[in-house]
Amino acid sequence: MKLLAGMPQAMSPVVTHYCPGCSHGVLHRIVAELIDELNLRERTVGVASVGCSVLAYNYFETDFVQAPHGRAPAVATGIKRARPELFVFTYQGDGDMAAIGTSEIIHAAARGEKITAIMYNNTIYGMTGGQMSPTTLMGAVTATTPYGRREENGQPYRMAELLAQMPGSAYVARTHVADVANIVKTKRAIKKAFEAQLNGLGFSMVEVLGNCPTNWGVTPAEANRYVLGDMVAYFPLGEFKDVTKEVLAGVRP
Amino acid sequence: MEPMMTMMKGNEALGEAAIRAGCRFFFGYPITPQSELPAYMARRMPEVGGTFLQAESELAAVNMLLGASAAGVRAMTSSSSPGFSLKQEGISYMIGSQLPCVVVNIMRGGPGLGNIQPSQADYFQVVKGGGHGDYRMITLAPSTVQELVDLTMLAFDLADAYRNPVALLGDGLLGQTMEPVSFPPMREPADDKDWALTGARGRAKRVITSLELNPEGLEALNLKLQAKFAAMEAKETRWEEYRCDDAELVVVAYGTSARIARAAVDAARSTGLKVGLYRPITVWPFPHEGLARLADRGVRQFLDVEMSSGQMVEDVKLAVLGRARVDFYGRLGGMVPTPREILSEIQKLMGGEA
Ligand SMILES: Cc1ncc(C[n+]2csc(CCOP(=O)(O)OP(=O)(O)O)c2C)c(N)n1
Ligand code: SF4
Repeated sequence: MKLLAGMPQAMSPVVTHYCPGCSHGVLHRIVAELIDELNLRERTVGVASVGCSVLAYNYFETDFVQAPHGRAPAVATGIKRARPELFVFTYQGDGDMAAIGTSEIIHAAARGEKITAIMYNNTIYGMTGGQMSPTTLMGAVTATTPYGRREENGQPYRMAELLAQMPGSAYVARTHVADVANIVKTKRAIKKAFEAQLNGLGFSMVEVLGNCPTNWGVTPAEANRYVLGDMVAYFPLGEFKDVTKEVLAGVRP
Repeated sequence: MEPMMTMMKGNEALGEAAIRAGCRFFFGYPITPQSELPAYMARRMPEVGGTFLQAESELAAVNMLLGASAAGVRAMTSSSSPGFSLKQEGISYMIGSQLPCVVVNIMRGGPGLGNIQPSQADYFQVVKGGGHGDYRMITLAPSTVQELVDLTMLAFDLADAYRNPVALLGDGLLGQTMEPVSFPPMREPADDKDWALTGARGRAKRVITSLELNPEGLEALNLKLQAKFAAMEAKETRWEEYRCDDAELVVVAYGTSARIARAAVDAARSTGLKVGLYRPITVWPFPHEGLARLADRGVRQFLDVEMSSGQMVEDVKLAVLGRARVDFYGRLGGMVPTPREILSEIQKLMGGEA
């Protein structure tokens, strides 16, 4: 009998702790499928960050280390420098990457560290109970912006665009996982990011717009509509840097 | 063949010793008075096939160290006081994750930005924890450049043996001092850690984390760590006694202060005063035992000398436990005591001439 669908080998056969309707699970599956397809399971070290995905190490059948809040790119740097033959990726939230960990991610990108960073942008701190993150949209009500995010809280900024500017980044994209077509596109983008690392081209990052039905206080369907509407309007989808073709063709040194 | 003696600055000798101990990964960030160490590593690491990386901050450096250590290699970071404060985050995580590494603090005057003069005012910070959670780390306090080399070699072995960070605690004076020193032969980096993250080829996955959400589980981890710390206390306590046999007053000092105090002890002896020196080599575990023995033997006076406001004096008092008088002499803010100052304290306490 032919198996048409099943668990990726790189995914642990356990029930996750994520809330119903949360897209962390979808994104985990994409990553696990790619680890299988690129035959990376036995040479991968994942770096789990602080946030809802801190327990990611329970869900992947690969070696994993858990980093302090925001420092995953520095931890990944240490692993990759120690063992360049490994495939190393970080899995971070927007709070982890765009708030406490801005310095570590910008400098990992600037150095062209041969790691891949995945950022799950749900515009909120999920784990700690729905506080404002640097990517929270203007006007959005959160636990720490009870009157809506205003000027005085600063304005949301765009991580993918920022990292694309770094001289050491090879591939940077933004996608979302709120519908099937874009789940497929996300997989394609993360595959390119993984390949950028495997080809030694430099730093790669994919920012994935995701939901948080629990802390947004809406149903999963409504949450995905918010991603497709307000979030995509502010955070444009696309590839912001892609040197893979030129470099692999030998155009750039 | 006789080992070759070379003249070398403390900071650079430390770097060479680390390389000889098989350390091939160094993550640093500049800060005076330890900057010669990263500079030395930047020059030397490529020659031995190692990696020197200048991080964007001490936070990044210590977390790169965490990553490299998780990958199973011998790695080190170094800093000085304000930078060491930033390293405490990573140290706490590495202890929780049971990762070996060597962290160096070449202390300078504080608090705050302070100055760049030698000081010992980070004793509490390094020896008593500093980062969050219940933890300890072996802290070695060399007082000569040669001892800096020997203890650096030892530090890597202890870190691996206990799967715990080990601290080297020096100060700006030791880091900057140039002295003759001889090095042990080069050791090859070992690559045989059965817990390291190397990609799950042909084996089950490995996870390194300091997270344990279940309090029973976290208590169990803590008890395991505490048992490890108890083993360190039982086996790794080190100190040196100098002219203590018939001493009536014993000076207690570590690192640079001990070196200066030794000169004061000799000067006191030459005036007929029965004075000795007790020098902790591990400041954690603190060597209570030898001090207690001296108190039992009848030493009635101890003089603790530090380049701080008297941080170690609390440990001395605990060791002596009311059996003798414990006085303190210290200089602050990057001031270094002179042998003459210490001698005059000794004379005051022993009723001699000042
Ligand atoms: C140093 C430190 N500061 C704060 C926290 C508390 N904390 C845990 S998760 C988190 C926010 C995570 O948000 P995000 O990265 O957006 O991930 P999400 O939970 O939304 O998936 C914070 C602030 C911590 N664990 N460590
Ligand atoms: S709190 Fe939000 S991000 Fe976290 S698991 Fe629940 S839905 Fe997902």
